[in-house]
Amino acid sequence: MLDVLDLGCVRGERQLFAGLTLHAAPGACVWIAGENGAGKTSLLRTLCGLMAPAAGEVRWDGSDVRTLREDYWSTLLYVGHLNGIKDDLTALENVRLAATLNGAAADAANAENAAAALRRLGLAGRERVATRTLSQGQKRRVALARLCVVPAARLWILDEPFTALDAAGVAAIAALIGAHQDKGGIVVLTTHQEVDLPGPVQRVDLAGGDRAPEPAR
Amino acid sequence: MRIWLAVVRRDLLLASRRRSDMANTLAFFIVVVSLVPLGVGPEPALLRTITPGMVWIAALLAAMLSLSRLFADDHADGTLDQLLLGREPLVLIVAAKATAHWLLTGLPLTLLALPLGVVFDLDGGSCATLVASLLLGTPALSLIGAVGAALTLGLRGGGVLVSLLVLPLTVPVLIFGAGAVETYAGGLSPQAHLLLLTGLSVAAAALAPWAIAAALRISVE
Repeated sequence: MLDVLDLGCVRGERQLFAGLTLHAAPGACVWIAGENGAGKTSLLRTLCGLMAPAAGEVRWDGSDVRTLREDYWSTLLYVGHLNGIKDDLTALENVRLAATLNGAAADAANAENAAAALRRLGLAGRERVATRTLSQGQKRRVALARLCVVPAARLWILDEPFTALDAAGVAAIAALIGAHQDKGGIVVLTTHQEVDLPGPVQRVDLAGGDRAPEPAR
Repeated sequence: MRIWLAVVRRDLLLASRRRSDMANTLAFFIVVVSLVPLGVGPEPALLRTITPGMVWIAALLAAMLSLSRLFADDHADGTLDQLLLGREPLVLIVAAKATAHWLLTGLPLTLLALPLGVVFDLDGGSCATLVASLLLGTPALSLIGAVGAALTLGLRGGGVLVSLLVLPLTVPVLIFGAGAVETYAGGLSPQAHLLLLTGLSVAAAALAPWAIAAALRISVE
């Protein structure tokens, strides 16, 4: 259960948004909408606990995520607008590493899971090439393959997951999101694309970034 | 412990795919040391006296050279966010990154110091003391340096800033490191210097990871 209470975000001198409140129950998919510069990425990074909120609080199961720290992060999976994969490693090594960071043992089962995840995202036959030689869309798929190898993650925070993906890739990710919702997981995502998501979607609009700056704090 | 091993292996694997980075550091070390006789003249007695200090300074500069990229690459491709959001304590992860940095710079520099010592006509005991002092002191360089690298992450001109921040903090390591060989050459036991170096490295290992972790969290905001 993710609760955002009266959240505000300030970047530099600019107030991006303020007074944002939202509740995401198990099975919810929250779509953060807003134009460029509205503060979507800042909001997601605040939800992750990477950024301290300028005002308000983000709560997970009733506790502030800034105090839960590792307990919160062990249930969280974040795919940022940067892919978070190493160009010099192969697709398989990248996915295995992500699983290891999230608590999986580096054993044969881990390798099998990672290979299955890559196959599921249409990267069969590309597992053992360095990701630097893959296309943008394929790199995005490698990054999103993390979604299949971290079963403990109840909350997915996805920043523009569909960028650079083709129609088949978008459909595969949408299906993953639907399956996650069916299992009682929570998804928070941003996207500018019109995507048919199988589950119910809760839309949150961030006001545009053209608001007058707040008086000096 | 598993996460520590996984991150060390990751960084070593990445380095093995980009060997030129490590080669640059070692080449820099050798070139700096080789320039000194050209600058101060080729008198063997003089060179014997200044070799330990100059090897230590070169090792310090070579370690600094590779520090600015310790977290910068991970920051640029987004993998740092993934490390920060892991379920394991960040302290273990940054300790692993500092360990990998030492294995890729401190350890090879230590091993290279032996042939350099022989080239500059140090006797066997002095060579051994020099290598021992580097072996015990360079972990502190990697750890202290990683704090600076974490603090300057994402800043323009971070590379120079790391050196300005970190070099003053490494003065004790330099003094006791170079001092160990001088003491031996003066006929005394270098044990006290080596123990102090060990102490500095152990203290850095105990404290630096917490500082690195805190600095990284501030830097990514």
